Amino acid sequence: MALNIDDFIKKIEDEFDELEPGKLKPESAFRQMFDWNSINALVLIAMVKTEYNVTINADDLTKSKTVKDIFKIIESRYHE
Amino acid sequence: MATFSVPGIKVSGLAACVPRKEVSNYDYRWVTAKEREQLVKTIGVEKRRHVEKGTTTSDMCQKAAQSLLEGLQWNTTEIELLIFVSQTRDYLIPQTSNILQHKLGLPTTAIALDISLGCSGYVYGLAVASAMMNSFGLSKALLLVGDISSLNSAYRDKSTYPLFGDAGTATALERFEDAPLMHFSLEGDGSGYKAIMIPDGGMRHIVSKKSFEYKKIAPGIYRTPLHIALDGIEVFNFSLREVVPNINKLLAFSGQDLATVDYIIFHQANRLINETLRKMLKIPKEKVPYSLYKFGNTSSASIPLTIVSELRNHVQQDDLLLLLSAFGIGLSWATATVEFHKVFCPELIEL
Repeated sequence: MALNIDDFIKKIEDEFDELEPGKLKPESAFRQMFDWNSINALVLIAMVKTEYNVTINADDLTKSKTVKDIFKIIESRYHE
Repeated sequence: MATFSVPGIKVSGLAACVPRKEVSNYDYRWVTAKEREQLVKTIGVEKRRHVEKGTTTSDMCQKAAQSLLEGLQWNTTEIELLIFVSQTRDYLIPQTSNILQHKLGLPTTAIALDISLGCSGYVYGLAVASAMMNSFGLSKALLLVGDISSLNSAYRDKSTYPLFGDAGTATALERFEDAPLMHFSLEGDGSGYKAIMIPDGGMRHIVSKKSFEYKKIAPGIYRTPLHIALDGIEVFNFSLREVVPNINKLLAFSGQDLATVDYIIFHQANRLINETLRKMLKIPKEKVPYSLYKFGNTSSASIPLTIVSELRNHVQQDDLLLLLSAFGIGLSWATATVEFHKVFCPELIEL
């Protein structure tokens, strides 16, 4: 099964109540979508681990700007 | 591989003591109201207990131990081993275990020793105590485990201050020929030693004037090198990487099945870590008790405190198979499976 970025966005929306559905796009800068802080970072890492069994670290987040950047990291590390 | 079983030792009693003073994260004015909400929801800590200055971990452990000695009607002269597991000892020198040995009225012929471990400390302590009793032929032992992390965390550090609570516990161990095996798997990785640390005040960086200078680490995070520093993402990824394989390794070794375990007691790290672990293991919610909400992350005390505060009646009346999973500072992590048979468990003590 190939990974789908729309599914990924849906999962982010499910995790963060404050996100208005449909507002987050692949090219959105995730730090600007809501009050980004270290707890939100952990929530995102937890979701990616639970849903994709992929580990993202602090370095990955620092290097990423958009939702798509994170999605690409997940894609490159994902094993079915 | 440090996976092993200990025969002939049973847990006879378990007690926990917390400070009376309650602190709520809803009153944590250093962060915004919205962040307070998020802290409570995500980290899973609403309230914690803080000691008054001057009260130590050993004071709480002493209270807990005394309630066990009375309840079990143990004669102090029978106790041959006292182990104190903590990273918040009374003094840099001497070790706290001998002070407790004296205060509790144990004979000078008893063995007393300190073990410096944090989050993983209860499982390691149980392993060392039971294995020593088994190989040395000791009949009774006290395992005293706890921490007062509130004293080490900076109020202006939102990454540590809202998380930690204080507690001290006591476990009574006894030789019993027909006791079922206790199974252990102990592991560690010092390459991650910086993930949770107090940099100054030890021998590597002895206290200097600079040790008292506050530095801004990140927005909302100000602390000195005498305060605890916690790398949240590092700890998070370490826990998710090591804990589940360690649990599976132990179960494969012991031939036990997660489905037959009555309760899985995790070190109360934070809600996000523990819930992710629970989901990874596909364990139903009712099998994973939490004391985190009421008492915070109490470091080495978190597993016994959770048993006392959440399962007290159950452990007194029933026979339970418990899986204990502890992980953190070191880095160090461990799993144990232990059968509890009508363990004496007095009500939570306040000091």
